[in-house]
Amino acid sequence: MAASALVKVPPRARRGEVIEITAMAAHPMETGVRPGADGRLVPRNIVHTFSCRYDGAEVFRAELHPAITANPYLAFTTVATRSGPLEFRWEDDRGEAIVATATIVVE
Amino acid sequence: MKRRVGVVLACATWLAGAAGAGGLAPEQRRSGFESMGPATQAMQRDDAANPGMLSVSDGAARWGRAEGPAGRACADCHGDARLSMRGAAARHPRWDETLGRAVGLSQRIALCRARHQQVPGGAPEGVERLSLSAWVAHASRGLPVRPDPDPRLDAVRERGRHLFERRMGQLDLSCADCHDARWGRRLGGSTIPQGHANGYPLYRLEWQALGSLQRRLRNCMNGVRAEPWPADAPEWIELEAFLQARGEALPVEAPAVRP
Repeated sequence: MAASALVKVPPRARRGEVIEITAMAAHPMETGVRPGADGRLVPRNIVHTFSCRYDGAEVFRAELHPAITANPYLAFTTVATRSGPLEFRWEDDRGEAIVATATIVVE
Repeated sequence: MKRRVGVVLACATWLAGAAGAGGLAPEQRRSGFESMGPATQAMQRDDAANPGMLSVSDGAARWGRAEGPAGRACADCHGDARLSMRGAAARHPRWDETLGRAVGLSQRIALCRARHQQVPGGAPEGVERLSLSAWVAHASRGLPVRPDPDPRLDAVRERGRHLFERRMGQLDLSCADCHDARWGRRLGGSTIPQGHANGYPLYRLEWQALGSLQRRLRNCMNGVRAEPWPADAPEWIELEAFLQARGEALPVEAPAVRP
């Protein structure tokens, strides 16, 4: 899928302000305990790690587990320190990664 | 048996007393949104939290992607969907001249793809049709549902009304038994909604995915243990056309979120 993640970052913030960031990725979060149409178990494929880097430094990381909804939604906060890119990365059991970026202007 | 006749008579009296299309007066119409919990409502309102928006952005990318032997994209003919497709979801189903029958928005997209891009239209619950429908329907968000005045659709809606009111399945229930006569009451832990079609394609938390109106109707038919019609059968469109008239003037919510 082309646009497989939605992130919300305030476009502007004051230095030192606490900003809320939300991130949602399109992912089936297949649990591995569900039989498919042929009766066999569908192999587990979940996003196991999510991370957010702010201007190169990691500011948030989460481990995800089975029984977390498809298209997982995460909301977290960080302190706006300087203008720069935010990079979001979701890694799944197939070794694939979904990446998204956003930029913030801090004044 | 005697008791059931009593229930049927009570229903018939109730229905006879209600005015307007399908037993719902215009001022009685309530979108399913109103009977949801505040958390689910907040999820639908916030585009960053509504998972249906993932399909909308996927649809936007597909809209601009050249496909098929002619190498044409939807955008090459239709331009910016946010302008050119505004209102399309509020008007469908419409009459298709070539097929000589009514088609819904998702079928319309599949037909357009097959005719002009020469690519397979895709399965009704396939990602192409769902994403493109979500993108096109999103362009009508907030507009009131307006049935197409084409007189050829009158008979289609009338057949839809007949299907809506016909008892079916092992439980011997019609759509109207719940959604006209008992909306607002409880079925197990859930409030029975009026069953409007103003948010499709929508993200259903139970499905963990975006789905079409056909999928939702199929769920209900399975629920009363009736045999659903095949995909894209005319019956689905007849029901959809009737539901659209029944929910006239409700705002288009696509992509809605439902529990």
